[in-house]
Amino acid sequence: MLRFIARRLLETIPVLFIIVTATFFMVRFVPGGPFDSEKATTPEIRANLEAYYGLNLPLHQQYTNYLKAVVLDGDLGRSTKYASRTVNEIIADKLPASLQLGGLSLLIALVLGLSAGVLAAVKRNTKIDYLASSFAMTGICIPTFVLGPILVLVFAIHLGWFSASGWYSWQDRILPSLTLGIVYAAGIARLTRGGMLEVLNLDYIRTARAKGASESRIIFKHALRGGLLPVVSYLGPAIAGILTGSFVIETIFQIPGLGREFVNSAFNRDYTLVLGTVILYAVLIIALNLIVDVVQVWLNPKLKFE
Amino acid sequence: MTSLSPKNLPSADLAPAQLERGVSPWLDAWRRLRRNHLAVFGGVTLIILSLLCVIGPWFSPYGYQETNLANTFSPPSAAHWLGTDQLGRDLFTRLMFGGRISLMVGLVATFVALTIGVIYGAISGYVGGKIDRVMMRIVDILYALPFTIFVILLMVFFGRNIVLLFVAIGAVEWLTMARIVRSQIMSLKRMEFIEAARSLGLGTPRIIFRHMIPNILGPIIVYTTLTIPGVMLLEAFLSFLGLGVQPPMSSWGVLIKDGAERMEEYPCLLLFPGTVFSLTLFSLNFLGDGLRDALDVRAAKD
Repeated sequence: MLRFIARRLLETIPVLFIIVTATFFMVRFVPGGPFDSEKATTPEIRANLEAYYGLNLPLHQQYTNYLKAVVLDGDLGRSTKYASRTVNEIIADKLPASLQLGGLSLLIALVLGLSAGVLAAVKRNTKIDYLASSFAMTGICIPTFVLGPILVLVFAIHLGWFSASGWYSWQDRILPSLTLGIVYAAGIARLTRGGMLEVLNLDYIRTARAKGASESRIIFKHALRGGLLPVVSYLGPAIAGILTGSFVIETIFQIPGLGREFVNSAFNRDYTLVLGTVILYAVLIIALNLIVDVVQVWLNPKLKFE
Repeated sequence: MTSLSPKNLPSADLAPAQLERGVSPWLDAWRRLRRNHLAVFGGVTLIILSLLCVIGPWFSPYGYQETNLANTFSPPSAAHWLGTDQLGRDLFTRLMFGGRISLMVGLVATFVALTIGVIYGAISGYVGGKIDRVMMRIVDILYALPFTIFVILLMVFFGRNIVLLFVAIGAVEWLTMARIVRSQIMSLKRMEFIEAARSLGLGTPRIIFRHMIPNILGPIIVYTTLTIPGVMLLEAFLSFLGLGVQPPMSSWGVLIKDGAERMEEYPCLLLFPGTVFSLTLFSLNFLGDGLRDALDVRAAKD
């Protein structure tokens, strides 16, 4: 297991390197710079600004400087839009809301999805199964940017149970997390149902039944471990989806998170902030995927030898 | 297996007249598909929606940019079937025009994804060995990347033109297709007719495209159908962020965005485009699932 983790960690180094390099040069070669929108920038001011950010250096030197700062000090530089703030500060400021949103959504997705899926598989071809399965299909087909506004319309504007936007009290967290979580709850429910149905037909389940194990023990102790495999491999893409999905959710519910900040920074051509956020997201997604992979191997030792 | 397949027939003591005629696998699949009500519903809905979007605008008395400030936020009526928006534009007409763009993005970007995915997967599966391992490792890694982020960057930085949108979305959505094609090609590779083709001295491209691809059309069709909703979702997602299709052009994503901004005054502006869009995704998913069952494509998990 340790060797497996070590190998995967080594693999991430070139991947991260490629992402940083690709984003760095993409950002540099785009038409329009970060100081184009400033009103009446005189050439002198412009030159000063460029010197301040080191943009007057040759490109390869900018690149190596950036890489050095990121790798050695974890320093992502200064925002080109908000001159007084560093990217690290902005991220520290905005990331918590996004992490909370993502974590809550994932929790909702897992709890709702697993229970609906297990229930549907155990009560196969009954009304409960059809109900759970249609819930899953509905969740998959109604995109977050339709569901979110509808939930706001019904629960915030008409019923007044929640506020339509903001991120202050715990009530503010419910609608956004639910909106983002439901899509993945639906996916997880479908996969759980399929996985459980496959496992429940296997011989070792029959053996467990024959030995007189209780039904709940069979489901939760014996079947779930095998039935969960497809769900675990779905978690990787789901996590990436939740992170990027938060861009839209944070826009709809006006949450002061990193997702909204990232989209704005791209519009503002805030070079350093874009770069910093992309690096952060990449590290986050790769790390979470690694955890998912480890869990997968733990659940299914056969994978270790591949 | 259905009763139609010849090997289920007790062949010995049947009179020739009682023997059913052999049925091609495609016809067989078609019959199975027709018995799946949800898939038929999906297919019919899609045909109706596409016809409406393609032909409908010609019969509409309104232009999709035609404003009428005397008649804003009007509820559904005989003159305006789905009402009008904040500028008095006819929502039904706008939905049909937006649908043209959404469906076109869905088809074209899927075609881009299909082309990349099939070629990449076929090469990886056919060549095998070290090259295959490297190519699939790349796919694994790409799967884990925040690709939507790069699409967003591309759209912001390089202007929001529709051709770039096709390419960007297509470049993201080809991964699953590549995996599926690869695993299918790998299992075909060991079959005798491929060996025969190889021993006849046929070139690799000819073997792949003339002899192998036609044999895996089933899975390709199924996953193409299932890719379209993903592509349409991504387009609408980008349009919702203001990065996709730009005004005065519109797509369902743009209409949903506009509707969400005005929903307090007039909820129908959100509900109608949202419903049509969700209905399309529903239909595509049901049709794809139905095709998968009908063509007996194993769910490719690896």
